Amino acid sequence: MDWVDLVVIPIIKGALILFILLTATAYLTLFERKLIARFQVRLGPNRAGPFGLLQPLADAVKLFFKEEVVPGHVNKPVYLLAPMMAMVPAIALFAVVPLGPDLSLFGRRIPLHMGGDVNVALLYVLAIASVGTYGVMLAGWASNNNYSLLGAMRTSAQMISYELPMAIIVASLLLVTGTMSVVEIVEQPRPLWAWLWLWLGFPLYFITMLAESNRAPFDFPETENELIAGYQTEYGGFKFAVFYISEYLHMLTSSAVAVTLFFGGWRGPFVDQFPLLGPVYLALKTVAILFLYVWVRASIPRLRYDQLMSFGWKYLLPWSLLYLAVTAVLVVALS
Amino acid sequence: MAIKDVYQGTRAIGRALGVTLKHLFEAPVTVESPDREPIAVYPRFRGRHYLRRYENGLERCIGCQLCEAACPTGAIYIEAEENDPDNPVSPGERYARVYEINLLRCIFCGDCEEACPTEAIVLGHGYTLANYTRRDFVLTKEDLLNPPEPNVVIRPEG
Repeated sequence: MDWVDLVVIPIIKGALILFILLTATAYLTLFERKLIARFQVRLGPNRAGPFGLLQPLADAVKLFFKEEVVPGHVNKPVYLLAPMMAMVPAIALFAVVPLGPDLSLFGRRIPLHMGGDVNVALLYVLAIASVGTYGVMLAGWASNNNYSLLGAMRTSAQMISYELPMAIIVASLLLVTGTMSVVEIVEQPRPLWAWLWLWLGFPLYFITMLAESNRAPFDFPETENELIAGYQTEYGGFKFAVFYISEYLHMLTSSAVAVTLFFGGWRGPFVDQFPLLGPVYLALKTVAILFLYVWVRASIPRLRYDQLMSFGWKYLLPWSLLYLAVTAVLVVALS
Repeated sequence: MAIKDVYQGTRAIGRALGVTLKHLFEAPVTVESPDREPIAVYPRFRGRHYLRRYENGLERCIGCQLCEAACPTGAIYIEAEENDPDNPVSPGERYARVYEINLLRCIFCGDCEEACPTEAIVLGHGYTLANYTRRDFVLTKEDLLNPPEPNVVIRPEG
């Protein structure tokens, strides 16, 4: 481990991953708009560039050139901090996602993930995913606006309710894999019954993912028809863009994490011969989950708030506990 | 019961997902109007006005100003003038030296068309009326005599 390994490579890797991540997020917005349009038998954006491929750029330019308004009634430091608090966890979550097998380049072994092989990566995922709530909470509180505060309150209640089942399902995964290292979870061979059982539990996990990233049908912080724009009401221009990007980043990273935990991450045919196929497989699987996100948004209307809470506590929690119990039995019986 | 609820809920969600998936593979119904595909309009659709001429090139408008009087919003402005007998612009005694229609006031009722004794002013099929400046919304006589060919499809009436 010389200084190249410790400084130069992480910087290059970080810059590259950040660049790819943010570009992918920008195009995720286009992906969603195009796809949801097709679900609704429309065309979607197609004027900016061929097939509307420059639409994210146009959106970004438009938002960057807007006037930066800070309303007079807000708590200014917190108000300005909140968008960053929303964005940083969304990016940080990606640090533990392994992108592929170790790469040999210029006689060096370069591990293809940002944060290294953390031995408590699963805990890290759960912890960082919850920190995202702070961005929303702070935004709602600092805005000094009834709608913002209501949106933020709902979000925090929702996230706390849905984190519990999520943690329980992740605990079931832990029982099956026996390790908290995400790298090992991807690389270790899994018996067939374990794969099938995990896929059976994936719908439960997916529901908690939807609630965690505030996506339809759980998009309560933004319930337009009740709360204007929820916690984002007082934000405009670049600050709004940061919230918007962090929401989509959250979608992207949570999909990548789900793929890593449930669908073998970067693994796929021929990946041992060509290590660079790893990121490609990861991207393809992530896109599949993102398709699921958009599909659900196009299909299912938003729940009512009490329905959300009763679903979380009266259905999701008992069922995930049952899932955990059965997993424990299966692990003892079958291995 | 919880198990029954879960079964029914899952079925309902499955059906909802099925409906949207079916629509995903349908061709979009969007018409990219007006620049890529025209919208079909009915034959009697009332769009942008134009002034007609006789086959021999004389203008039909005789400057009688009946359309100006008939216009409920005062969108039409006409200055009529005596025809030069040697070099007439229209077959009547007078012709319209200035004929302007303010599209910002026009409500496309077609009363001008009804009032015209010579069928000179007619509402056409053009409906792409967007413009950048207010001045451009006032159609001059030049604009009215040389209307752009509207990119429309006439659909059968009935």
